[in-house]
Amino acid sequence: MTGSATHPETLSALDRPNSYIGKVVPRPNLERLMQGRGLYVSDMELPRMAHVVFLRSPHAHAKIIGIDAGAARRMPGIIAIVTGKELAAVITPWIGVLSHLKGLKSAAQHAIAIDRVCWQGEAVAAIVATSRAMAEDAAETVSVEYEELDAVTDMRTALDPETPVIHPSLGDNLAFERNLDAGAVDAAFADSDEVVEAEFIFGRHTGVTLEPRAVVADWNAAEARLTIYQGTQAPHMVQNIAAIHLGLEESQVRVVCKDVGGSFGIKVHIYADEMATYALSKLLRRPVKFVADRVESFNTDIHARDHRCKGRIGVKRDGTITAFEIDDLTGIGPYSMYPRTSAIEANQVVNLVGGPYLTKNYRARARVVFQNKNVMCQYRAVGHPIACSVTEGLVDLAAAKIGMDPVEIRRRNLIADDAYPCASPSGLRFEQLSHHAAINKLMAMMAYDKLRAEQAALRDKNIHRGIGIASFIEVTNPSAAFYGVGGAHISSQDGVAVRLDAQGSVICQTSITEQGQGSESLTAQIVGSVLGVSMERVRVILGDTDNTPYGGGTWASRGAGIGGEAALQAAKVLRSNVLDVAAAILQSSSAELDIVNNAIVSASDGSPRIDLKELARIVYFRPDTLPPGIQPELMATRHFVPREYPFAFTNGVQASWLEVDTNTGFIKLLRHWVVEDCGTIINPQLVDEQIRGGVVQGLGAALFEKCIYDERGQLTNANMADYLVPMSREMPDIDVGHVVSPTSETELGAKGAGEAGTAGAAAAVANAVNDALKPFGAVISEIPLTPQVILMALGRI
Amino acid sequence: MTAHMEISLDVNGERVEAHVLPRLNLADFLREHLRLTGTHVGCEHGVCGACTVRVNGEIVRSCLMLAVQSHGASVETIEGLSDSGEIADLQAAFRDRNALQCGFCTPAMLMAAQDLLKQQADPDRERIREHLSGNYCRCTGYQAIIDAIETTARRRMGRKP
Repeated sequence: MTGSATHPETLSALDRPNSYIGKVVPRPNLERLMQGRGLYVSDMELPRMAHVVFLRSPHAHAKIIGIDAGAARRMPGIIAIVTGKELAAVITPWIGVLSHLKGLKSAAQHAIAIDRVCWQGEAVAAIVATSRAMAEDAAETVSVEYEELDAVTDMRTALDPETPVIHPSLGDNLAFERNLDAGAVDAAFADSDEVVEAEFIFGRHTGVTLEPRAVVADWNAAEARLTIYQGTQAPHMVQNIAAIHLGLEESQVRVVCKDVGGSFGIKVHIYADEMATYALSKLLRRPVKFVADRVESFNTDIHARDHRCKGRIGVKRDGTITAFEIDDLTGIGPYSMYPRTSAIEANQVVNLVGGPYLTKNYRARARVVFQNKNVMCQYRAVGHPIACSVTEGLVDLAAAKIGMDPVEIRRRNLIADDAYPCASPSGLRFEQLSHHAAINKLMAMMAYDKLRAEQAALRDKNIHRGIGIASFIEVTNPSAAFYGVGGAHISSQDGVAVRLDAQGSVICQTSITEQGQGSESLTAQIVGSVLGVSMERVRVILGDTDNTPYGGGTWASRGAGIGGEAALQAAKVLRSNVLDVAAAILQSSSAELDIVNNAIVSASDGSPRIDLKELARIVYFRPDTLPPGIQPELMATRHFVPREYPFAFTNGVQASWLEVDTNTGFIKLLRHWVVEDCGTIINPQLVDEQIRGGVVQGLGAALFEKCIYDERGQLTNANMADYLVPMSREMPDIDVGHVVSPTSETELGAKGAGEAGTAGAAAAVANAVNDALKPFGAVISEIPLTPQVILMALGRI
Repeated sequence: MTAHMEISLDVNGERVEAHVLPRLNLADFLREHLRLTGTHVGCEHGVCGACTVRVNGEIVRSCLMLAVQSHGASVETIEGLSDSGEIADLQAAFRDRNALQCGFCTPAMLMAAQDLLKQQADPDRERIREHLSGNYCRCTGYQAIIDAIETTARRRMGRKP
């Protein structure tokens, strides 16, 4: 609307009659998924589509002496067999570094290995055939001659002078190191009544998305345009990177993301085999489909969390924590992943340890080393489970040392709820957290004192139950500080376009993506609430770079907080424009009008004036009847990025109640509680289910999940029978409660909720196990807490 | 390569005749030959349960069964159960409870749930958890799924959920 007026709201845009904000409403489009009528990439078929299977290295580290594909080329259905060298003519290599992670180094990585393989599972050739089965048949006949090289597998010796350097041009196997020294750590330790230390060990685990990574790349030579159908969390990032490395303009690449069978951070990266698939489509001038099988998924989906972290805590008799110190070591595989890098997790550990607590004395070192194992990178709750387990494990050890209840020591050290804004020793800025309100709520939910009494009574009967508490903070709503400042073309802003169609319904295009979190729902809820349109009349389009505004996508708990705010602001503009048109039609003023239940009504008494459907008919088909000079704009676009705070921190606390069988080492999870504060809650059910799903992912890490490599770099459990994931039988019911501290950086006030569950679950379980084992004097600081680990700690094996 | 074999079976009540390789598994047959893509493939080694279908009334992992073994059988997939309305109440309970996120496990989860409710009208939560313990879901943490099945069981018993 030209010269449009603003419309001051008597109520906030979200607090209007019939608002969907804070309500449980079913997500749109679930029928499609429940009836088996979704469209996942693995379901896609295109005319002339070929299938690629990658021949992968059986060795962790080897020279490629030669590849003989002569017999394979003569097999039925074979279209092409392409080596790394041949593919390099179509696609350029990449290096996964970011400039704000000072000193981070990595080597050039190719879509398919050339001359040398650096982990078991790295692709050495692409076999393209008319069916996947035929490509697999042919792959078996390709003979590759390797010369095995020494494999660097143990992160603890990766930096030793006698250990071979994986990439000689880099000089050593150190990818990244960060040191931090805040406050007066040595003096604080010297001044402590007790200093406790432990080494915390975290299993290497992976996402195990139920739908493996899948891509269909379709190069149309006549249009000179590549369409990539991919289950990705960040379509515009994929567009940018595919264009750069294929020598195309971004306008020549379209990324389409339909239904995605799970992501959790696994599908936010650029994988070599996916890049190879784009390149193969260009090379072969036809659609090419790649779907990883489960063994490939284990060998090539990013791994995470392989950390060994030494930690130290100082404490006084009165429970005051005087200092934290950590020395973290992690092995990331042979390359830093592209474009987000593999240094972020260790960097986050340094940032986050001690984060909920008052002490200003904090020293940290983190070292990230290369090794000949699969690549590691960001996975749900990046760094948080490590930082939380180390911090909360140390706090419990300190409490035990001085004989204080674990809840009491936390109450004495958590930052006060009225102390905000403030900053952590590592420089994190907190706008408003609610640790004390959260722990108070938790105590009530779990009936803590009663549970302690029950625990004591059962101990007398030789039943060993434990309670574990874990407070945490969580990075959400990241600004450009996360990746953009380091030079990555990863958008931290998101955009939403809303328009009224010719029947008065709303079409909404958003740059955030949907992988089941409820992005469609929260967008429709916000837009419907602001516009006064019922949710079923709001259609949300996402996951298509041709048809959505430019933006970051859905990762790092940013969809609701950033994409939701863009939706709110865009809807406010459209609402204003609609009211201006209505005022012109009704010879009224926009201030006297409102939109309620899909109709323009009088603001004063709510009496109906004109349906949106009728308004849209006039605007689109009879604009000649509008007063002169009125040009309606029934489409509005707004973008949003946080500017004031680099991250909107959330907080929360979790508790685990479990039983340890001291004869078998088995752990039975009995109950789990979470209280968290993600600010404004748009849909309580969706938030709670994000928390529950996140918790169970953390419980998997706590009890079961570990990629087990042998000393030669062979992944020995690359299947779902040997790599255990949480199944329904072993999982407890999870109670979720909330404290609400909206961020004032946005009108919406929402912070992220997707990773809080994963952040603290393992720490709560580990603390509960140690609590259960207290009568035995056993202390465990390692996950997964397998029966073997438990029995060894008990001295039974 | 071994020669194709002729098979004849009922799929969702329709007669299907096909020539297939003996090595083709039932999941791939349903997905690639019949384009019934609601049957999902997650692990291809019988652990994740995403490919669960009904064969002669029993739920099976279609990745562990060969298409030729289904010769003469009656196969039902999520598309068939949806169109017949057999699980409409279960699907409604899943929707209302947000018992699915990415939805990739959901068709098979519904298959397994319906199988339980046919065997046992009033299972308790532990029994539901046990019966679903062969169906992997990475998104939900299972609780919402258990709730939705429990609700459906109670409604079918004519009791308040």
